[in-house]
Amino acid sequence: MSAPKFDFDIAVVGSGPAGLAAAALAASKGASVVLLDEQAEPGGQIYRAVTETPVRDRKVLGPDYWHGAELLGPLRDSGAVHWPGTIVWSVARPREDVADGHRPIQIGLSRNGAASMLTVRHVILATGALERPFPIPGWTLPGVLGAGAAQVLLKTSGLVPSGATVMAGSGPLLWLLAWQYLQAGVRIDAILDTTPKENWRAALPLLPGFLRSPYLGKGMKLMLEVRRKLTVIGNVTALRAEGAIGGDSALKSVVYTRNGAEHRLPADTLLLHHGVVPNLNLANATGCAQRWDEQQRCWRPTTDEWGATSVEGVSLAGDGAGIGGARAAAEAGRLAALDALHRLGRIGREQRDQLAVPHRAALDRALTGRAFLDTLYTPAEAFRAPADDTIVCRCEEITAGAVREAVRLGCSGPNQAKSFLRCGMGPCQGRLCGPTVTEVIAAERGVSPADVGYYRLRPPVKPITLAELAALPKTDADIDAVFKH
Amino acid sequence: MTATASPKPDVIVIGGGLHGCSAALHLSMRGVRVLVLEKDHVARHASGVNAGGVRQLGRHVAEVPLSVASMALWHGIRDLVDDDCGFESHGQIKVAESEAELATSHARVAELNALGFTHEEVVGRDELRSLVPAIADHCVGALVSRGDGAAIPFRTTFAFRRKAIALGARFQEGGTVTRLSRKNGLWTVETADGARFEAPVVVNAAGAWADRIAAQVGEPVPLEVIAPMLMITARVAPFIKPVVGATGRTLSFKQFPNGTVLIGGGLLGRAVRDENRTELDFSQVSVNARTVWDLFPCMRGATIVRAWAGIEARMPDQIPVIGPSGTEPDLYHSFGFSAHGFQLGPIVGRITADLITGGSTDLPIAPFRVGRFAA
Repeated sequence: MSAPKFDFDIAVVGSGPAGLAAAALAASKGASVVLLDEQAEPGGQIYRAVTETPVRDRKVLGPDYWHGAELLGPLRDSGAVHWPGTIVWSVARPREDVADGHRPIQIGLSRNGAASMLTVRHVILATGALERPFPIPGWTLPGVLGAGAAQVLLKTSGLVPSGATVMAGSGPLLWLLAWQYLQAGVRIDAILDTTPKENWRAALPLLPGFLRSPYLGKGMKLMLEVRRKLTVIGNVTALRAEGAIGGDSALKSVVYTRNGAEHRLPADTLLLHHGVVPNLNLANATGCAQRWDEQQRCWRPTTDEWGATSVEGVSLAGDGAGIGGARAAAEAGRLAALDALHRLGRIGREQRDQLAVPHRAALDRALTGRAFLDTLYTPAEAFRAPADDTIVCRCEEITAGAVREAVRLGCSGPNQAKSFLRCGMGPCQGRLCGPTVTEVIAAERGVSPADVGYYRLRPPVKPITLAELAALPKTDADIDAVFKH
Repeated sequence: MTATASPKPDVIVIGGGLHGCSAALHLSMRGVRVLVLEKDHVARHASGVNAGGVRQLGRHVAEVPLSVASMALWHGIRDLVDDDCGFESHGQIKVAESEAELATSHARVAELNALGFTHEEVVGRDELRSLVPAIADHCVGALVSRGDGAAIPFRTTFAFRRKAIALGARFQEGGTVTRLSRKNGLWTVETADGARFEAPVVVNAAGAWADRIAAQVGEPVPLEVIAPMLMITARVAPFIKPVVGATGRTLSFKQFPNGTVLIGGGLLGRAVRDENRTELDFSQVSVNARTVWDLFPCMRGATIVRAWAGIEARMPDQIPVIGPSGTEPDLYHSFGFSAHGFQLGPIVGRITADLITGGSTDLPIAPFRVGRFAA
């Protein structure tokens, strides 16, 4: 095999805080860097549309959002190439049969409607987080959406809900969004807080750590303001979204259970949120090892202190490697960049370690108190592994009951659930059902989610058209191989 | 850990793919006590992730008698395993894109007819269009086998397993066979998790790992580990019933009842069998996509949502190894199906059971003897 031609030293996938910081630092030290991102503008989800948002009143989105703008200057000055509007659908691990130091990593991407392969030496995946699935009866009705999705609409388009609006769930983002709506003059009719009472008992021992968290002051302030101004109903243990009687039209009401009694609220919009989990699809499809995180109740790719994964030349930074928030993500991005520079021979080990000192300290500060939040906001079992009649896989319309029935027939984990039920085989590739299917199977088998495993995901990680795939550059040898078969 | 207190098996089957499960089922139907040892879980590899083609069409002439006999079992598959396995028979078609290719098809039919087989026929332009209205204009005809079809691979393999268990077979999953030895007429099989099992007879149905089992008894086989790739689209409106292949190119194309379209045919990625994983070669996937672009213009805007590859064994002459070991008594091979073993699953299990319980079979298996590779 001849020596491969490299398009760039480093590709960074995702331009949220981790990707922006990683690309800027790596390029500033002389590496050739390309930053690949689906969106038209940098920022990821947390800083979504930070350059372009129509929400110009800075107090609506709050200072933490505008912090994102500070990451853009260094990127511009660094010389990193930014390819917005680029979908990465495959990252192929390097082949072991190529000489060390020249092992190319091939990235499959779509840009301007055309697919192509990009060859690089190192990849930093900064794919961020996804909302944890929040399956309740009726969650597929029009009018029910994730609070994170609603927040994206606010950031990108200034869109806010109209009509009767209910928010339900738990976690910092729920409170932040309610607060942002308040600043924008939008009233939420009710917040249904599903934080289980018993979580406080588990979280209290972790409170001292949280008291030192940079998020404490800000979080308390906005939570108190929301509680003062809005109706907050606590200890909600069950939820269901309903359309018109006898029809599966749009959402009409939300039914919740509190202290054993059912109550009904009229609603045109229901915003659900149970925190976020790593968006690990690309890492998983690349073959990176992953582990079950009991504290965050999610799968996360296995990484070392630099974000290096089990696959040579592939590292991870930010929430895609485990939820830590935006500040932590940026620092993790810088650490991953330093390690990549070292692996590419651009800086020595000592220089890497020395440059990492302030970033590691900042990362530790940013993660202070995380355990308290993770523990307090762990969703109740009834929401993680819902009742039999609840749809868990939206693409294939598979209920929790069908998954349990498959377990009784011998289905031992999410991968077998794919084969038994087609669960997780739709276009979303498990993004909307993976955590739930893991929890349902584990509970039904009476084992830890760690023992049931997770979907083996397959490229293309994002759908591409047959036409794009057919037009990928091919060599004569490729075509000969087919005609000879 | 020792073997469980259950009665000692008469036969140990190594490999929980379709061939291992089928052998276990046919043996269990005859009252033979079977233990299946599977290193991962049943249908984990080729048996669970293949294209599901149930095809007599275009087979190597040595395989045709077995394939025809297996087809009869497929058409009564519910009677055999109490599950329809998702089997649907809408025929398989091999499209000819030129007059030269059509001439090849005519020659094929003549060859089969001379051997006494009539399941393949040539159809012209118009008949092709009535069978496959979406086919591209340039196609001139096709080779057709109307009794062929497709099934759901994992469901099929699992149905064989379930029925075998119902008849008394036992399955031990999660332990790789590390050692196979024979003493005083008894095989001892050891697995990586420290377990030992004994039985008078062993079946090697270990798929892409079968060469390692054969090597244990001094019987090296030139098995190549391959990773045929497949891809699937998002749902499109139903437009095609038969499974379509091509005469001059590599293709297997079929639409599931749910609207998704499966595209494959055997273009290869890379298998890393010691890690149970495969890597896709997107330049080859692209060649496959290009073939569909050419043959099915309506598919050009379809969305590809997933591509994958399974780990399979391929022999140098592209036909399997079936029958007794050449070096040891009471060891039977069933592997190396070279990426087209799914349809043969029901019959080869029966053949293996015939050999074990009766010493012979009524089907011609001489071409598949393991000794053919000896220098």
